Amino acid sequence: MKRLLKGGRVIDPVNGIDGMHDVLLDGDRIAAVGKDLPVDGATVVAVPAGMIVCPGFIDMHVHLREPGQEHKETVATGTASAVAGGFTAVACMPNTSPVNDNANVTGYILAKAAEAGLARVYPIGAVSRGSKGDLLADIAELRQAGCVAITDDGHPVATAMLLRRAMEYAGMFGMLVIEHCEDPSLKADGVAHEGFHAARLGLRGMPGACEALGVERGVLLSELTGSAFHVAHMSARTSLRAVRKGKDAGIRVTCEVAPHHFTLTDESLGSPIPYDTNTKMNPPLREAADRDAMIAGIVDGSVDVIATDHAPHHADEKHVEFDRAPFGIVGLETAVSLTLDRLVHSGLITLPRMVQLLSANPARLLGVPGGSLSVGQPADITVIAPDLRVRVAARELRSKSKNTPFDGWELRGGVAATIVGGRPVFENPDAAIAFG
Amino acid sequence: MSSSVSAAASERVAATLLRSRHLLGIEDLSPEEIILILDTAEAMKEIGSRSIKKVPALRGKTVVNLFFEPSTRTRTSFEIAEKRLSADTLSIAIASSSVVKGETLADTVLNLEAMHPDMIVLRHASSGACHLLSRICRSAIINAGDGMHEHPTQALLDAFTIREHKSRLAGLKVAIVGDLLHSRVLRSNVQLLTKMGAEVWVCGPPTLIPTEITRFGVRATSDVNQAVADADVVMLLRIQLERMEGAFFPSLREYFNVFGMTDARLKHAKPDVLIMHPGPMNRGVEIASEVADGPFSVILEQVSNGVAVRMAVLYLLAGGVEHETAA
Amino acid sequence: MPVVMDADRIGRTLTRIAHEIVERNRGVKDLALVGVRTRGDHLARRLARTLHEITGDEVPTGALDITLYRDDLMRHAVGPQPLVRRTEIPFSIDDRKILLVDDVLYTGRTTRAALDALIDFGRPRSIQLIVLVDRGHRELPIKADYVGKNLPTSFEESVQVYLQESDDRDEVVLQGGAA
Repeated sequence: MKRLLKGGRVIDPVNGIDGMHDVLLDGDRIAAVGKDLPVDGATVVAVPAGMIVCPGFIDMHVHLREPGQEHKETVATGTASAVAGGFTAVACMPNTSPVNDNANVTGYILAKAAEAGLARVYPIGAVSRGSKGDLLADIAELRQAGCVAITDDGHPVATAMLLRRAMEYAGMFGMLVIEHCEDPSLKADGVAHEGFHAARLGLRGMPGACEALGVERGVLLSELTGSAFHVAHMSARTSLRAVRKGKDAGIRVTCEVAPHHFTLTDESLGSPIPYDTNTKMNPPLREAADRDAMIAGIVDGSVDVIATDHAPHHADEKHVEFDRAPFGIVGLETAVSLTLDRLVHSGLITLPRMVQLLSANPARLLGVPGGSLSVGQPADITVIAPDLRVRVAARELRSKSKNTPFDGWELRGGVAATIVGGRPVFENPDAAIAFG
Repeated sequence: MSSSVSAAASERVAATLLRSRHLLGIEDLSPEEIILILDTAEAMKEIGSRSIKKVPALRGKTVVNLFFEPSTRTRTSFEIAEKRLSADTLSIAIASSSVVKGETLADTVLNLEAMHPDMIVLRHASSGACHLLSRICRSAIINAGDGMHEHPTQALLDAFTIREHKSRLAGLKVAIVGDLLHSRVLRSNVQLLTKMGAEVWVCGPPTLIPTEITRFGVRATSDVNQAVADADVVMLLRIQLERMEGAFFPSLREYFNVFGMTDARLKHAKPDVLIMHPGPMNRGVEIASEVADGPFSVILEQVSNGVAVRMAVLYLLAGGVEHETAA
Repeated sequence: MPVVMDADRIGRTLTRIAHEIVERNRGVKDLALVGVRTRGDHLARRLARTLHEITGDEVPTGALDITLYRDDLMRHAVGPQPLVRRTEIPFSIDDRKILLVDDVLYTGRTTRAALDALIDFGRPRSIQLIVLVDRGHRELPIKADYVGKNLPTSFEESVQVYLQESDDRDEVVLQGGAA
């Protein structure tokens, strides 16, 4: 079936498009983008004025928890959360139970994703068997089964030698190595950013240097091996400095920043709710200078991607003492609103830049389809309503888990509709578009 | 006559009530509320000198002392305070090992709450444990030490002891020497003493000084002589032997050589300096016996005053109402 | 607001009570004064001075705060906790004849609390009650041994005693009620 999206502002930075265009979808592919395209038997979908048609957003850092931790999230609930948040595709981390270090687990995840039929799911495989940091996982097998990158996320790759070997080996397939950058000895038993607020609240700290050491290691090994290295969920200004230096030296280093790291600071540990475990994640919320540096990096292009590090945890697991609570928050359904409200409406970045960060760049880094509206690309579209008033309600999240620090926040900008493979998979009732 | 009246008026800068129904930390208290607690503690102290050391104030109130960490001094002190006020008391010591078996802190406490206590005195290894309970409990929560966060009644009894000797807190130089990083006593004392206008110096090896400690309005140094110079009060903090040696400084011997409080070091302090220690002491590590047992030591007075201060806190919170009005 | 006792009247009343004390106890031997905070304490100290002038002997004097013995404490969880002040009884009350001093005797509940408190300090030979004003309306079986002034009042009225030590003037005022 053919659908013709008419009336919206179309932004596709890969093709240099930003203007009032029509987009023609033919089945699961993009057939044409242009002004006043003929209807020619297609179902016309009127995009209300003020809404923006973008290539589908891709979140390259998501924990779907299945297999093994289905009480937190499943592929079905996670992808429902994704499409409600405007993401047509997610890349899911291998720290499931069992770890995604072989084709069976990868196949299981992909089967669950097909069954759910919502967002596309790109599994990311483990660097090491069981993510234990001893022996390389079967990386070629993982790639063949559908993994798009490798990481031992949740932890850094155990040794510099193993990381070097992984980068050399994955480089053979052009597979990205994604690293949770952290020096474990410096992190020790830290639960929060080492700074004034952790000192005040008596929480064990981990300094920004703990992350930056991991970044420096990866940049050096990327230089040594010539392979690409991607910094996951970057949070510290010293990490950004290391990434910039690497980029300036022509080293193939890229990085992503999560919305909570460009929105919140460690002040949230103490207020409005003291010791709110929904302000506990790793890397932690850092001080204002770090938050501001993340924003500056997004603005000047040093940061390549906005990714959520969506980390669902059951309410029972979070309803404990701060230092006993697991790290992580959900992020899929708040990312677009936070990006619009904090970065676009405040004039820091343009909408085309936002589309790069959320679509074009993650597609390019992972080597997956999408990221543009080029003819022949999958018909994956995110329609955003940049002026929609959104009130975050944790209870109403599609994710199985509700662990967000943004409950009750009022934000400007949201998702109107999400189309995957030509099929509308999410329509926001507050910004209805008639798909017919 | 009018002058005595105005003097009486000026000394009564105490608040008339505590706004919060919990005592989670000194951070939440205003200077006026601190004075109210200290003034009330003065009245309570007299009760301890009677032949019958008991008043009926908290008759019919049930107080649960819930201790997830071993503690002799603080738990005993609270128990005596509760008994002197005629409360029904129950002390529960829960080894953290049994917590590992499954029941969460919230469930443990909600189970206790089902038996309708009025107040819960909580000691717990996790910072913020009292905040967590204050959000789910009907009872008033009194923090008897939460992780590395606060130990408010210790700071209040320290202030009470200082005030008894110096008749004021404002303008005094107080040097706090020891493991600053892991100490809830430090955090509560820093909050209290800076609120009350004391000049606070903190001192320890750089490995044991929390990040950005000076943002609390204190001076930090690793030069113990500088910290002690002209001090009115020198407060030593416990060095936790088991986890310190080799990790935060090379050896206990070396710690004593560089930071241990000796008569020689005390010569730099004011001639009427007070020596304080929240206990338990490590003689020959943070404090020499000559100092602990010396003429300036008020360490045992601190323990006695702890009962009066805890009686004051229990009494003032026993009303159990949140007060909106500013102090 | 009618002034029912002025400074002069209060002074003469206390002198009269002091004489009564000496007469009834045949001197001041074994006597001790305990004033109920705050104004009973002031009155006790004045009586001690007068007794000294009359007999040349010092009568030990203490102050008692009865807050922690109040029968309405903790009964209704509204409002702040009443302020507790220091009790100062720097002598043994065992076998003494205690003169308990308060400013106004009304329901008798304060006196009940004071009696309980005193018993916690020891076992006095006897306790005699001195009040500046007895306004009636007793709710407990309590009776004063020395009364400065009997003042019939209605429930709506209140009796306010002002003393130099805390209020800058000596005066007993009847407030409120049908004017």
